[in-house]
Amino acid sequence: METAEEITKEAAVIETVSEEKVKYTVETEGLTVSFKGREAINDINIKIRANTVTSIIGPSGCGKSTFLRSLNFMHDLTPGAKVKGTIKIHNKNIDEYDMTEVRRRVGMVFQKPNPFPTMNIYDNVVAGIIMNKGKKRNELNEIVEQSLELAGLWEEVKDRLKVSAMALSGGQQQRLCIARTLAVNPEIILFDEPTSALDPISTSKIEETLFHLKNKYTIVIVTHNMQQAARVSDYTAYFFLGKLIEYARTRTIFTSPREKLTEDYVTGRFG
Amino acid sequence: MEDYYLKVSKGHTDRRKLKSRLMIILCYVAAAMAILPLLYIFFYTTMQGASSLNIDFFTELPKPVGESGGGMANAILGTLILVALGSVIGIPVGIFAGIYITEYSKSIFANVIKFVTDVLSGIPSIIIGIFAYGLIVIPMKSFSAYAGGFALGVLMIPTITRITEEMLKLVPHSLREAALALGIPRWKTTLRIVLRTAQSGIITGVLLAIARAAGETAPLLFTSFGNSFWSTSLDSPMASIPVQIFNYAISPYDEWHSKAWAGAFVLISLVFIVSLIVRLATRNKFSQTA
Amino acid sequence: MNTKTTVEIKEIKARKKLSDLFFENLTLVFALMIIGLVVFIIYEMFMDSKLSREIFGFGFIFSQDWNPVKDKFGALTFVYGTLISSIIALAISLPVSIGVAVYLSELAANVFKTAISFLIEILAAIPSIVYGFWGIFVLAPFMRTTVQPFLQSTLGFLPIFQGNAVGFGLLTAGIILAIMVTPIITAITRDVLKAIPTSQREAAYALGATKWEAIKMALLNAKGGILGATVLGLGRAVGETMAVTMVIGNKAQIKASLFEPSYSMASVIANEFAEASGGLHISSLIEVGLILFAVTFIINSFARLLIYSFTRKTEAK
Repeated sequence: METAEEITKEAAVIETVSEEKVKYTVETEGLTVSFKGREAINDINIKIRANTVTSIIGPSGCGKSTFLRSLNFMHDLTPGAKVKGTIKIHNKNIDEYDMTEVRRRVGMVFQKPNPFPTMNIYDNVVAGIIMNKGKKRNELNEIVEQSLELAGLWEEVKDRLKVSAMALSGGQQQRLCIARTLAVNPEIILFDEPTSALDPISTSKIEETLFHLKNKYTIVIVTHNMQQAARVSDYTAYFFLGKLIEYARTRTIFTSPREKLTEDYVTGRFG
Repeated sequence: MEDYYLKVSKGHTDRRKLKSRLMIILCYVAAAMAILPLLYIFFYTTMQGASSLNIDFFTELPKPVGESGGGMANAILGTLILVALGSVIGIPVGIFAGIYITEYSKSIFANVIKFVTDVLSGIPSIIIGIFAYGLIVIPMKSFSAYAGGFALGVLMIPTITRITEEMLKLVPHSLREAALALGIPRWKTTLRIVLRTAQSGIITGVLLAIARAAGETAPLLFTSFGNSFWSTSLDSPMASIPVQIFNYAISPYDEWHSKAWAGAFVLISLVFIVSLIVRLATRNKFSQTA
Repeated sequence: MNTKTTVEIKEIKARKKLSDLFFENLTLVFALMIIGLVVFIIYEMFMDSKLSREIFGFGFIFSQDWNPVKDKFGALTFVYGTLISSIIALAISLPVSIGVAVYLSELAANVFKTAISFLIEILAAIPSIVYGFWGIFVLAPFMRTTVQPFLQSTLGFLPIFQGNAVGFGLLTAGIILAIMVTPIITAITRDVLKAIPTSQREAAYALGATKWEAIKMALLNAKGGILGATVLGLGRAVGETMAVTMVIGNKAQIKASLFEPSYSMASVIANEFAEASGGLHISSLIEVGLILFAVTFIINSFARLLIYSFTRKTEAK
């Protein structure tokens, strides 16, 4: 029987061999983000593979969310924020794209569910589509059903699509937000601690959804819950004090990490 | 924090307790003193006004001295027209300026504009009247509804700007982020999502501004001036309820006084109803975002 | 593992859509209109008062003349009237407002709190003309028949309470202004008291303070904000037109007695502007307006400075 070390070495070999054939949807080089002069993340170099779930872990304040939000220009909203380095989406530099185009193709689900309060469930799901380009009614109905189905919410709300979004529970609202993001047909979906505000049952429902989504999308999820990272992701990146310490297959990170800092964190010695 | 020296002997403590009770009672008295004039004004105006109020008030034109009857129909129409004119200026400028201050608050202009809006809100309304006089009455060589409407509009701007700013600030940042993350352009996010969410609050603010403008007298005294006859032409003098009340109130005729009371009653009823609406509407708004 | 980057890092700037830029500039245009308005107002006041400024110069402010027939004008009477009526207003309003604010923030039960603060709001919204009207027919007679005789019989040795008690004059104007200014001072004082954390009050009680002593401490802490509220109220009182015009008596004179009719800056403009005789008369009225504008501007800026620095202090704590 192979030891853990041997398996890891094997995996590393396999990876280096097929390096050229691998599709990366998101790549960053030297990514540095600072707020009013203070650096939040520094020199992040990472390559995220297509159709995988990558989780970003690390103690509070290590820069996980900052990294995530730089991938879809969210820092544009923050006064005093400077984003430096290179970010590539599908091998093209991010600033060669139209900003709103980037945001449509790179979707984001936030920590606290934020459906639009003045709209009902149906309108929430199609909000992104209607505002981006007009589509016919029957097309919309189809999209609504597909998105809610994929988000794991269809069965629960199919009879009350015209009910206000605020009438749903926290877990349902979050799945609604996922459906809303799916409706605009992104390629990459970023999740910023999506279940930290939810109860265990909603959490497991959403983790199930993540598993199904992997086939069509590339997923990056920030989580402070290591068990969640171990459950849902293929790759894991460990951030600490604004630096990327280690990035490898999830199994490797949790069973035989290369860096001592990583080991200290995943074994619970601190953080 | 100031040092607080406490006297500890019992006699002193008794005196302190007595003083405390006394001062507290004085506070209750103060509250009564503040409310009493209000209640009295309301009561008195209602008594005097409601009794003079009849259908004629709303439908008839003012009659010359000596003749009984008549009403303030032209003044009511005039106020409606003047406030409408004012809204044409006040509402767009106020709302857009409020949007700029809130949504683009990073820019250098934003703070300057906030300060200047505060300055504008502190300018006495009679000065605004002088401004409108020089700007419109002089070139037109006559008093007009345009001048009066313009003055009211300028008065409305700071109120509407401030309320728009406050209501937009109440919209949680996460909604903007959610919309932008979907690829919705910034301007659509602001108009269709943020503004819509703040809608009810802004509307109540606008109602408040309109009600206040309807009661303004000073800036109209030498802009729209006043008119004893029925007039809908915007480039001639126009009657308005407050100015009519003023003219009647300082006259020596009892007939006219009672008409003025009726007008005053109409004004305070308007104020009361709008204040009530605003209170009820903002109560719901706060429980929604809580 | 994270490899070190050796190439130079440059900033990533998002490309703004044209429609976003258009919208941002559109709203900016409207916002700049406000600046334009204020600048234009100042400019116009300056230009239209040129005639009187050139003829009377600086002495305009200190001259008691006001004679449209002889074309001699001076603003001192009106400055005096505005000043005295506003001071009277603040003297009456300040203790009452603080009392109400304390009542609303510390003493009142919830039901009364909402009801009374709602009533105060309405007090603030009543049009000036209604106050003035009520002043003519209710307050002035009351002053003439009851209050002024009382004051004369008890404190008549004071020059401010001597003279003819007709009911229309500085004192009546001051009282009406006091009623109108109370809601503002109350509202801000109340907000300012709310901003002081309960932990400070609890600390006072824990030391054995009486209820009033704890309140007094909170008030002392809030004194910057309360001062700001008062100055703001002063600004409002100075600019108030209709209510004052209807009860101040409209006589351009400076007398020691508070019972005597007087004239305020806003009132003289309100009364004489529409039928002003000749360019110099109008120009002088506008110069009075310019002085009024300058006074309110200084007062309001000072008030905002006070409130701003007070808010900064409490936030820093």
